[in-house]
Amino acid sequence: MTLLLDVQNLVVEFGPVRNPVRVVNGISFTVQAGESVGIVGESGSGKSMTALSILRLVNEPPARVSGKVLFQGRDLMQIPKRDMPAVRGKEIGMIFQEPMSSLNPVMTIGDQIDEAIFLHEDLSKAARRQRVIDLLRLVGMPDPENRLSAYPDQFSGGMRQRVMAAMAMACNPKLLIADEPTTALDVTIQAQVLAMMLDIRTRLNSAILLITHDLGVVAEICDRVVVMYAGHIMEDAGVHELFANARHPYTQGLLKSVPTLNDTRKRLHQIPGTVPPAGTIKQGCPFRPRCPMRMDRCAVEMPPLVAHGPAHRAACWATQPEGVA
Amino acid sequence: MTMTTDLPQDLAEREAIAPEPGYWDPVRHVLLDRWSTRIAFVVVILFILAAAFAPWLAPYDPLRQSIVSINKLPSWDHWLGTDQFGRDVMSRMIHGSRNSLIFGLLAPIFAAFFGTILGVTAGYFGGWADRVISRVIDLLMAFPELLLAILIAAALGGSFWNIVVVLTVAFTPGFARVARASTLAVKQEPYVEAAIAAGVRTPLIIFRHIVPNIMAPIVVLMTLWSASSIRIEATLSFLGIGTQPPNPSWGNIIRDGLTNMFATQWPIVAGGMAITIVVLAISIIGDSVRDVLDPENAQ
Amino acid sequence: MAKYLFLRLLDAIPTVFLVLTLVFVAMRILPGDPALAVLGANADGGQLEAFREKMGLNDPLWLQYLNFLWDAVRLDFGNSLMNDQPISRMIANNLPHTIYLTLLSVLLGLSMGIPLGVIAARNRNRPPDSALRIYSLMGYAIPDFYLAAILLVVFSLNLGWFPINGEGEGFWDGLHHLILPALTLALLKSAFLGRLTRTSLLEVLGRDYIRTARAKGAQEGRVVFHHGLRNAMLPLSTGIGISILATLSGSVAVELVFNRPGIGRLLIDAITERDYPVIQAGVMMFAFFVILVNLAMDVVYLIVDPRIRIKS
Repeated sequence: MTLLLDVQNLVVEFGPVRNPVRVVNGISFTVQAGESVGIVGESGSGKSMTALSILRLVNEPPARVSGKVLFQGRDLMQIPKRDMPAVRGKEIGMIFQEPMSSLNPVMTIGDQIDEAIFLHEDLSKAARRQRVIDLLRLVGMPDPENRLSAYPDQFSGGMRQRVMAAMAMACNPKLLIADEPTTALDVTIQAQVLAMMLDIRTRLNSAILLITHDLGVVAEICDRVVVMYAGHIMEDAGVHELFANARHPYTQGLLKSVPTLNDTRKRLHQIPGTVPPAGTIKQGCPFRPRCPMRMDRCAVEMPPLVAHGPAHRAACWATQPEGVA
Repeated sequence: MTMTTDLPQDLAEREAIAPEPGYWDPVRHVLLDRWSTRIAFVVVILFILAAAFAPWLAPYDPLRQSIVSINKLPSWDHWLGTDQFGRDVMSRMIHGSRNSLIFGLLAPIFAAFFGTILGVTAGYFGGWADRVISRVIDLLMAFPELLLAILIAAALGGSFWNIVVVLTVAFTPGFARVARASTLAVKQEPYVEAAIAAGVRTPLIIFRHIVPNIMAPIVVLMTLWSASSIRIEATLSFLGIGTQPPNPSWGNIIRDGLTNMFATQWPIVAGGMAITIVVLAISIIGDSVRDVLDPENAQ
Repeated sequence: MAKYLFLRLLDAIPTVFLVLTLVFVAMRILPGDPALAVLGANADGGQLEAFREKMGLNDPLWLQYLNFLWDAVRLDFGNSLMNDQPISRMIANNLPHTIYLTLLSVLLGLSMGIPLGVIAARNRNRPPDSALRIYSLMGYAIPDFYLAAILLVVFSLNLGWFPINGEGEGFWDGLHHLILPALTLALLKSAFLGRLTRTSLLEVLGRDYIRTARAKGAQEGRVVFHHGLRNAMLPLSTGIGISILATLSGSVAVELVFNRPGIGRLLIDAITERDYPVIQAGVMMFAFFVILVNLAMDVVYLIVDPRIRIKS
């Protein structure tokens, strides 16, 4: 495997420099070529900010972003701003959460997908048109030739998300970032869109970075999972390892709160309390107020991510292996 | 999950720190904290004082002609010079402010009164009355106020009360539309629905619940259109269908000045400056009033 | 789409009818006795009676109304009281000048206003933005006739760059005469349109699809113009319509200041001369203009907003 994306010590903060609100708090993770990684977390965990930061789509100001985003060994944070468009859409494609508002209402979908090709590749108009049709077919759009001149408002949410995917895949990017691609959709449509993404993945062999709050979605698509909470990475493991052997109390809580078919519990498990507003916990582990295993040390020091076996890291004082501290 | 790029925490903090506001506190706050609004207040008050004390302030009789002193440039005796009839421009400006400012006061009040009646009627009773009133409002709103004023003044001719009628008719549709929309909104409120269900008499509901709750946007519109009516009166007077000569108003001072521009240009400059400054000051105040009373529609 | 347009045209018919009725009421009923109003209090009974007979004022009101409607439909406005010319010909002579003035001022106003708005939006809360704010406040406060007078005094009277009045002969001379009047209205328009462009563009640039365009790899310029401005055209086209309507009232004052022919000038002269049939015709012309511009705006919406096209 070759290393495709290597995020190191990524920080996104807002507000005054002296007393900033950190939405993403110095996180590091990697994505290998062809691998699909899920970033899981609740609202406010900083997962969307992480996704946007990779493409440098966070508005600066008001935000301040620092750290390294090594893509194929090149630090995207260091290249000049005007060179970023050459990376966006070409090397890294992105699908957004809101299919209803993420497409330009006054451009036909054909033109919008075409733009994604036109911006990066020197192809004739006819060749681009053929590529657009192929892309629409790839994402499962019925009758693509006749849909080119349609406007986003003529499509349902699921169909729009397919258009978004066609756009993101237009130049065969090595990495596809999908930010909650199914959240805004009906459950049946969600399944279709997930199937489409799996299909794309097997056919094009792009790496996928999937941002979601839904562990079920992760289980279906991902090889590896990064669990985020309040701007920190809490756990990072292969998907089977994580589901079988979660080491962080937060991950355990999340797993317990997923209902299964042969569930004998009377009530679904829930993690007590709510996610703290981003950046309000400035010292210690942000999960401490809701944690069943909290210790005195948790209030003072944020635990580091330590290895719990090959390719399994977790950040918890209570569960970390003997002899690490 | 939608990430917003601004700072809800920061806002929440500020709200927590801010003292419990009294009803008038935010009003006073916005009206007096901006230096531009403070200056605008001072300017408007100065102009109102000048209009109120015109006979005492003006150095000459604004109507007295003098063959020996026509077309004088500004001097110590005549600060803004004299016009083609030898009348003192400064005195005409000061007296003219009465004719110019009075409409800024009267027209919005009349228009707000009639507009509110029409709008509340349409919004509260709905049905047939609403259809007729809305149709007429829509038609009149298709016309810019100034054009409407010119057309009505063309038909009626200019006199003090005709100008009041013209401006009132031009502004009423705007008030009616706002009053209608606000009435429809307020009528949905639980306390109004409860009052209707409890059998409270209609006039009581309208005056106790509806009218007080739609006043904010009406007041905002009144301040903003106070500026418009001064500007429109000036235009009508300039066109010769507003305040009639020899009575001075800023608009017809410019009209006279234009026919005499080869001799002196001071009346044009002075008249226009006065209109511009007053309209500017009132609109700045109007913007602040809107920011306080009707924050949703503020830009 | 054709159906939508047809319905919209049908919808304009009662509007025209309502306007005609309002004009009739305003001109025949409100001022009292038109004969007295036109001829003045000094006219003797015989003159008044002759005038009433000539203008059909002795007919019953309903017959006057029907005649009035019939004349209006045929665009027959009668003859001027002053020079006995057919009013339709007077309008035909004056109308082109008002149209030239409107077109050039809208063109200039757009080409100044939109760039100003884009610059301000790209520099939000920085000096260019504040400058536009002040510019647009001034544009609201300065009356059109005053700005016209100032430009006339400075550039024609004192600098001598432009002719002082009239409409000129031939294309270039005509354009030379047209520039200052059109510039007057264009400056005021650009203040309004600049502010509107800024507000609409800022609103649009915060939308999700702008982020999508960036994520596709579009350069900033393309994002602003191709995606941003194209969407901002929806609210902007309303503003352009409003500013075209504002030109109609502005042209009245500007034609007077620059002593140019035009419909506004025709109306104002008629008021001074108490040329009552001409006043009536002028008022109707302006009213039709307004209805026409509103209709045209609906067509523009159809072009710029595919969502309306889809629905209709």
